[in-house]
Amino acid sequence: MTDFDLVWKNLFRKPLRTILLTVSIFMAFLIFGILTSLNVALDRASESGSASNRLVVSNKINFTQSMPYAYVNRVAAIPGVTAVTYQNWFGAYYQDQRTSRFVGFAVDPETYMAIFRDEARLTDAERQAFLTERTGVIVGKSLADRYGWKVGQTIPISSNIYSQANGRRSWDMKISGIFTGAKPTDPTTAIYFHYDYMNETITFERDQVGTITVVTASPDQNDQVAKAIDANFANSPAETSTVDEKTFSRAFLKQAGDLNFIVTMVVSAAFAAILMIVSTTLVSAMRERTKEIGVMKTLGFSSPRVLRMVLGEAVLLSSLGAVLGLGTSAFILTGLSKSPVGSSFGDLSMSPVVALSGLALAVSLGLVTGAIPALSALRMSIIEALNRG
Amino acid sequence: MSALIQLKNVKKTYKRGKESITIFDGLNLTIEQGDFVAIMGPSGSGKTTLLNLLGGTDRSDSGEINFDGERIDGYNEGQLAGWRARSVGFIFQFYNLMPVLNAAQNVELPLMLTKLSAGKRRANVETALKIVGLWDRAKHRPKELSGGQQQRVAIARAIVSDPKFLLCDEPTGDLDRNTANDILGTLQQLNQEMGKTIVMVTHDPEAARFAKRTLHLDKGVFAEVTQ
Repeated sequence: MTDFDLVWKNLFRKPLRTILLTVSIFMAFLIFGILTSLNVALDRASESGSASNRLVVSNKINFTQSMPYAYVNRVAAIPGVTAVTYQNWFGAYYQDQRTSRFVGFAVDPETYMAIFRDEARLTDAERQAFLTERTGVIVGKSLADRYGWKVGQTIPISSNIYSQANGRRSWDMKISGIFTGAKPTDPTTAIYFHYDYMNETITFERDQVGTITVVTASPDQNDQVAKAIDANFANSPAETSTVDEKTFSRAFLKQAGDLNFIVTMVVSAAFAAILMIVSTTLVSAMRERTKEIGVMKTLGFSSPRVLRMVLGEAVLLSSLGAVLGLGTSAFILTGLSKSPVGSSFGDLSMSPVVALSGLALAVSLGLVTGAIPALSALRMSIIEALNRG
Repeated sequence: MSALIQLKNVKKTYKRGKESITIFDGLNLTIEQGDFVAIMGPSGSGKTTLLNLLGGTDRSDSGEINFDGERIDGYNEGQLAGWRARSVGFIFQFYNLMPVLNAAQNVELPLMLTKLSAGKRRANVETALKIVGLWDRAKHRPKELSGGQQQRVAIARAIVSDPKFLLCDEPTGDLDRNTANDILGTLQQLNQEMGKTIVMVTHDPEAARFAKRTLHLDKGVFAEVTQ
């Protein structure tokens, strides 16, 4: 028999209590695993496709508000700007709005492909086809795989924002190419099609653009160029807000709220509750074993060894809950990655960093919850323990 | 015979609130190797305190406590724990077995403090349980054993690491007469056949008869010695 065997047997002395505690710790780590992984995926998604010398100009009120198309040329003329392109959020879906929504932008193919060549990788033939076909669309590989789309196929893409003059809400688009990302983990769940094709057929908001992407001569000039752009449109009916691309992407993905803050608050609340539940239960469990601790010390177990065993029990308990919670969240995340909503975040699988952070958190939780009973076992005199138990 | 334990001018006082209660004020005691001593006395006479001092679970205020030529009263807590593990076997009134462990595992507990191999430990556990006649109950948990059987497991635990000295605190206080006599017979056997030195605190004159001599403690002083 080893110290671990003894710790294990003590942990399961009251199986129902241990199971209930494990379940509560499991829930906390399930929340931690899922929310933290989502947050990491969000960071990754906002970083992918972002370049340090790119800025995004949007309406100052909100990026869902549009700006006049004329802004594109005015922005291009500002000193320090080397290239511009523009895009409109389309609210795209395929067949069923409830289950098959995805990211869809109407773009200017020529300037878009010049700037985002690396982020949307196509063969030369596909790129050429996209530039020349008015109804052409390029689709991300994940999306194409999900719906079984092939190059050359014509697909109806609908919008939950726009409709055509003829009353239709869908646009027939011919797949010019299927793009991959710069890295295998980059999300490829979007489509890009011709701005002109949309602009000429929609019934409202014509000649408006949603955002303008600006390439600066160097990242050092970003601040200066951003200020110049916003100053240029100050006091106009559509004032602008210009930020670097990463900031914009994150803000765009975080439309539901400040996920970082939400994750921190929810995870903290879950762990605070668990901390109290587990520590109170462990204190009372150790009190039940006061006499046994006295006996062990009488037999010659040193106080530090008893302390290690009590702490070990708390760490083992939290680690059990953590492994189950993190394992289950990894399983759920894998499933979520395959869902339409989840796949827009790119690779949702749990990263080793999240898993290791979770395990480190489990050890810390165990040490904190075990600290009070362990210290009381350390300090308890044999006579007191044998008399009290 | 040589002295295994010697207490010289031992003083012990407890504080209860602002009041100081003197238990021993210069106690002297010598216990020879192979002795079997019963200690009797009324409640509050100092029996339990003496047992605690002899077992190194409490400290004297002054005086000397020698064990096998070693002075142990100056040991720190860690040294005392090591000394107890090596030299003393404890037998309690209420057995104090670990409910989550079976009989063999309970007996193995003191061996966790040694560097013996797993095989040697198993052999020692088997020997100890056979000595007390409970090898066939090795896999039983304490709640599956009678009071007498539990006390036998406790005796096996006390002797498994082969200590020279056994300290028994009312070992038959929770048992019926017949079972008590069996347990006392086992202790006597350990004393006579294996040379264990035994100190047993008891209220029971019948139990004391199994010892070689009985010391009567009253108000911290040995009042009478019965051979």
